[in-house]
Amino acid sequence: MSNRSKNIDRYWKKNIQIVSILLLIWFLASFGFGIIFANNLDEISFFGFKLGFWFAQQGSILIFVAIIFVYIGLMKNLDHQFNKDRDD
Amino acid sequence: MTYLFVGISFGLYVFIAIKSRAGSTNEFYIAGKGVHPIANGMATAADWMSAASFISMAGLISFMGRDGAVYLMGWTGGYVLLALLLAPYLRKFGQYTVPDFIGTRYYSTTARVVAVICLIIVSFTYVAGQMRGVGIVFSRFLEVEIELGVIIGMGIVFFYAVLGGMKGITYTQVAQYCVLIFAYLVPAIFISILITGNPIPQFGFGDRLIDQDIYLLEKLDLIMSDIGFQPYTSGLKETIDVFCITAALMLGTAGLPHVIVRFFTVPDVASARRSAGYALIFIAILYTTAPAVSSFARYNLFESTHNVSYQQAPEWFKNWEDIGLIAWRDKNNDGLIQYAPGNAFDPVKPKYLDSNGEFGERIIVNNSQVSSNNEVYIDRDIMVLANPEIAELPPWVIALVAAGALAAALSTAAGLLLVISASVSHDLIKKTLATNISEKKELFYARFSVFIAVIIAGLFGIYPPGFVAQVVAFAFGLAAATLFPALLLGIFTKSINKEGAVSGMLAGLIFTLGYIVYFKFLNPEMNSSLNWLWGISPEGIGTIGMLINIFVSIMVSKFTSKIPYEIEELIDNIRQP
Repeated sequence: MSNRSKNIDRYWKKNIQIVSILLLIWFLASFGFGIIFANNLDEISFFGFKLGFWFAQQGSILIFVAIIFVYIGLMKNLDHQFNKDRDD
Repeated sequence: MTYLFVGISFGLYVFIAIKSRAGSTNEFYIAGKGVHPIANGMATAADWMSAASFISMAGLISFMGRDGAVYLMGWTGGYVLLALLLAPYLRKFGQYTVPDFIGTRYYSTTARVVAVICLIIVSFTYVAGQMRGVGIVFSRFLEVEIELGVIIGMGIVFFYAVLGGMKGITYTQVAQYCVLIFAYLVPAIFISILITGNPIPQFGFGDRLIDQDIYLLEKLDLIMSDIGFQPYTSGLKETIDVFCITAALMLGTAGLPHVIVRFFTVPDVASARRSAGYALIFIAILYTTAPAVSSFARYNLFESTHNVSYQQAPEWFKNWEDIGLIAWRDKNNDGLIQYAPGNAFDPVKPKYLDSNGEFGERIIVNNSQVSSNNEVYIDRDIMVLANPEIAELPPWVIALVAAGALAAALSTAAGLLLVISASVSHDLIKKTLATNISEKKELFYARFSVFIAVIIAGLFGIYPPGFVAQVVAFAFGLAAATLFPALLLGIFTKSINKEGAVSGMLAGLIFTLGYIVYFKFLNPEMNSSLNWLWGISPEGIGTIGMLINIFVSIMVSKFTSKIPYEIEELIDNIRQP
């Protein structure tokens, strides 16, 4: 395998890794806390909200925004690394 | 006042359209790839947030309580999928339309045409919903006939879509975003202050009532339980159904062509990721306000009208009754308005006689629903529009809301009409039927197909098919079961070939459409959780449709030929930044 295709391969594997971890968080924040475990979380009171209800109607959305910005940051670094390796 | 606000906002849209005319197909389809990520984020937000988000959503949540979260999570969570799984790669591919990608990746005209068909079904069901929104706003606030209102709205959309193409639409949508978000937040902030004293609706929603030592949500739960409703913060739907509806809305959001195509307009891959992030921030501003508005509206509605005599009912109650979106019948003869669980009348939607009852209410011909003590029919769509009136806010706030609702409906309609016309002029004419036409000719066809699409959408608005409102939610299920898997597999696998993709999309389409048509149109009386497949409602079935699509794609690809070498190279190419 040439250096070039090794670089591409490494980039793609790392990319898949980043996306998988972030999607796991995405799943937990919405389907996990907002739906599946929502009734258990409702026992906890959070600034006047039941916690499960808050995740379903507010919290999950805020976490979604955070996930995308973490992704933008991580990918920026990864792109940078990729371009450096390619130019070497 | 309302005329003034609506007039100024319309003038602004026309001005922007003249300033940003499109000269080439590149500008017409994807705005010359020169849109800044923040501007594109706003445009995407306006494109995405439709009459359904602005007018209907908070009203629906208001009556669904906890279960309304399916819309909140579903319509925002899809952006995570879009940003992480589709937008950067499709931008790298760099073509004009969604069927373009599917046609090229699966090296097949059949795949392209199937994608065009899915796109048109999804987009037209959606556009029909926007026109209903325009009609409601015009008839209530500008007191013109719905027909005239729709024609004015279509005229404006026609003007800037035909002239400016994607470029005109993009900059108009930026302006429309500003109008709609301002119009959404102002009344929400006022009402939050009135009810809880907290100026930030997202916090006010979880705060104590202004003159009482009890949290708003606790109080709301108490009021609801007293009358016999489900408490506001607990749900009625089965967990599996909530799960599937949320998933279908998320997957569908990520597969909606008019949203995806917005990411073709930015300069490079990194900008595509950033603009997905900005878009979600701009959307989240409205989507985190909406559930607050819902709870305020539910509280205000019950405080101001439950157990109040009809003669002393507030002005807005009678105004909305006049245009047919509220109806009341005094079932227990006490002269008081009373709410209770269940539908008040059978059939549900009121049909009025031309006469008034003993309290001055409009008489309706519907039978009373005997199993329910509910006396009121109230259309969910009016909650956001009526909210400022219910809270007795000044007239300029009400005018602002009307302008905002129109901005939301028109921006989405324009985006949808553009993807419909691009898929016709580019994918059907240029790439399939008449491959040798010049760019100038293609641009002409593009403008001509916007014209036709506007006319059809206008007809939907003037003669709304009765099923429009329910069908809009299904556009998501169909997008989830057809376009989303084809795009996802096209990027993340090299094993799916054209036979696999085409049969997968058709399997997803037929299964999902079949399930919806069976329960919604053929056997509506059987539409209950007892008869549903694993307790999944037609709204959530797109999730299963997606799984079927993926399964069929993989299986068929296993037994047919491998993809050609140049397609493998294409996939490698879109995977690099």
